[in-house]
Amino acid sequence: MNQDLWNYLFIGASFGLYILIALRTRAATTKEYYVASGGVSPLTNGMATAADWMSAATFISMAGSIAAGGYDASRFLMGWTGGFVLLTALIVPYLRKFNKFTVTDFLGDRFYSNVARTVGVICAVFICMTYIMGQMRGVGLVFSRLFGIEIWLGVLIGAAIVFFYAGLGGMKGITYTQVAQYCVMVFAYTIPAVFVSMLLTGNVIPQLGLIGDYAPKGANPVPLLEKLNQLNVELGFSSYTDGSFEKIDMFCITAALMCGTAGLPHVIVRFFTVKSVKAVRKSACWTLLFIAVIYLTAPAIGAFSRTNLMDKVDNCKYVEAPEWFTSWEDRGLIAWVDKNNDGIMQLRHGAAFKGKPVYKTEDAGYERKENEPRAITNVLTDNANEVFYESDILVMANPEMAKLPMWVVALVMAGCVAAALSTAAGLLLVLSTSISHDLLKKIVSPNMSDKQEVFSARIASFSFLAIAVYFGINPPSEFVAKTVAFAFGLAASSFFPTILMGIFSKRINREGAIAGMVAGIGLTLGYIVYFQFVADHKNYWFGISPEGIGFLGMLLNFAVAAAVSAVTPPPPQEIVDMVESIRTPQDAGSATH
Amino acid sequence: MNSSQQQPDSAKDRYWKQSLHVVYLILGIWAFISLGCGVLFRELLDKIMPNVGHAPFGFWMAQQGAIIGFLILLFIYMVVMNGLDRRHGFGEDDSE
Repeated sequence: MNQDLWNYLFIGASFGLYILIALRTRAATTKEYYVASGGVSPLTNGMATAADWMSAATFISMAGSIAAGGYDASRFLMGWTGGFVLLTALIVPYLRKFNKFTVTDFLGDRFYSNVARTVGVICAVFICMTYIMGQMRGVGLVFSRLFGIEIWLGVLIGAAIVFFYAGLGGMKGITYTQVAQYCVMVFAYTIPAVFVSMLLTGNVIPQLGLIGDYAPKGANPVPLLEKLNQLNVELGFSSYTDGSFEKIDMFCITAALMCGTAGLPHVIVRFFTVKSVKAVRKSACWTLLFIAVIYLTAPAIGAFSRTNLMDKVDNCKYVEAPEWFTSWEDRGLIAWVDKNNDGIMQLRHGAAFKGKPVYKTEDAGYERKENEPRAITNVLTDNANEVFYESDILVMANPEMAKLPMWVVALVMAGCVAAALSTAAGLLLVLSTSISHDLLKKIVSPNMSDKQEVFSARIASFSFLAIAVYFGINPPSEFVAKTVAFAFGLAASSFFPTILMGIFSKRINREGAIAGMVAGIGLTLGYIVYFQFVADHKNYWFGISPEGIGFLGMLLNFAVAAAVSAVTPPPPQEIVDMVESIRTPQDAGSATH
Repeated sequence: MNSSQQQPDSAKDRYWKQSLHVVYLILGIWAFISLGCGVLFRELLDKIMPNVGHAPFGFWMAQQGAIIGFLILLFIYMVVMNGLDRRHGFGEDDSE
């Protein structure tokens, strides 16, 4: 049995499973569609939220960016897990008690204003759209790398599957498919890590391997991280455990990612599916536990792959390069240019050449000889680095580096697809409910029947998916990567502070909330657009990069909201009563309109 | 419509005040273990604290310790808040 067959088998089997679940969980009412009837168990919801949370980018790229960045990448690790503490202690128990279908519902009702509702809809759509494009692209990439089909076909297959269970099944369909997807992901992520850890450190548990000795067969054991630091410094990189970020920037980025996480609508709505406030707290524990299994493994994978890469590739003759090196080279994800013509690969700090490798092809009259690297046409840089590698490959190449059996490689591929699909489905739900519930039902035509609402949700999810597919096939160049920082910045500067003030203050009124959101988003959006697309210099305010500006945006939101509320009339009595009532957990009941 | 509205205000206020204390405490520890140990005081901790295995302390906190700490925090939050609900008569039916 060859690798392709295994891949088809695993991915085919996982798709079959998702469709089977979808067929058994079709949603008929808005309550089933939006919150899966509100009776999901805390454990099930925890698993589903973990799958929802871990996107294709997390699954494929996070360990790679840890390998590349060392300590610097801790911002993702802390940011994307620490946000759940904020979410649980400040947001979800109260919103669950509030007992409506969407996050925007809370903004609209608490600030008694359709303007606040509309701002909420716009933010939710923007955040989810930026995210979902990346997911569809991720599905397409995995498919094209695996089966050699065109990216557009891969994107379409992924979209069809997602629409099948998310568009038709709503939250009910999504929840149970996400549980299955989490199981696929967790095995796909940890099994290779265990094998690699045993190979490199002799330790079965990757987390212990990370802090243990580097002891491959026949070598003297040395502490892994010391070895890594030493290799890094020798080759001109900054020390692995120290990193290169300014402290204030690191602080702001980590804080913005945490607050952004706590303000992401597709994560918050997942907690509307459980029975009570008490179940919300329990479910949050399960969620973080399931996420931590993967997030605690990522730093180990990162350190292992980095060591492997530097140890196996640097100072190695090309003709003796490991097999995975040449196979990824064929796919354009690794490249080598022999700058000093010694036939030996030198891996150093800096880019080996400009951009991604563009190979000379046979049609141009070029013939590649045996044992010769693929010739590139890129403009070379003048540093000593000769090796290009895309850090995304580190997770996917891990099983190959460790020479694991073919079914493990297939499992990893199925895991990548599961990660992308589960997140895309969760986002699609928020997108469709923003339109059908928040916009149509609450603002445009309040007399809509339940059936019409579910129908319009399906239409909306189909339309959004079509847009996501378009951008997945034709990504607006670097745009998507750059705007992902904005999704978190936006959530951190709009949803998170506004919801927080809505719960913890009775004095913040309509005018304050709207002014605060506009100011927060304005600053964040302006700063990111200016530095990503307009300015060609990097004279950041206080050294804070666009990735971390959401934190300042959040502070501005708080300040403006408090100031404007202080000089405008306080909210009406029924709003104050409502805030009172969401502060105590009793009788959370089941979700209503 | 909602039975909690018939309770005397002082009981609700006491409950709210105490739950705020819990939230402050949780957030204080949360900020200390992540932004504090992992970012602000990392170099200092790398130097003065013993290594975790072979990993410098601050680095380990940033990549592993903080996440483990978050998990413990959420568990404590759940237990303390459930207890608080029970003591103030806001416990939900699936408790006992």
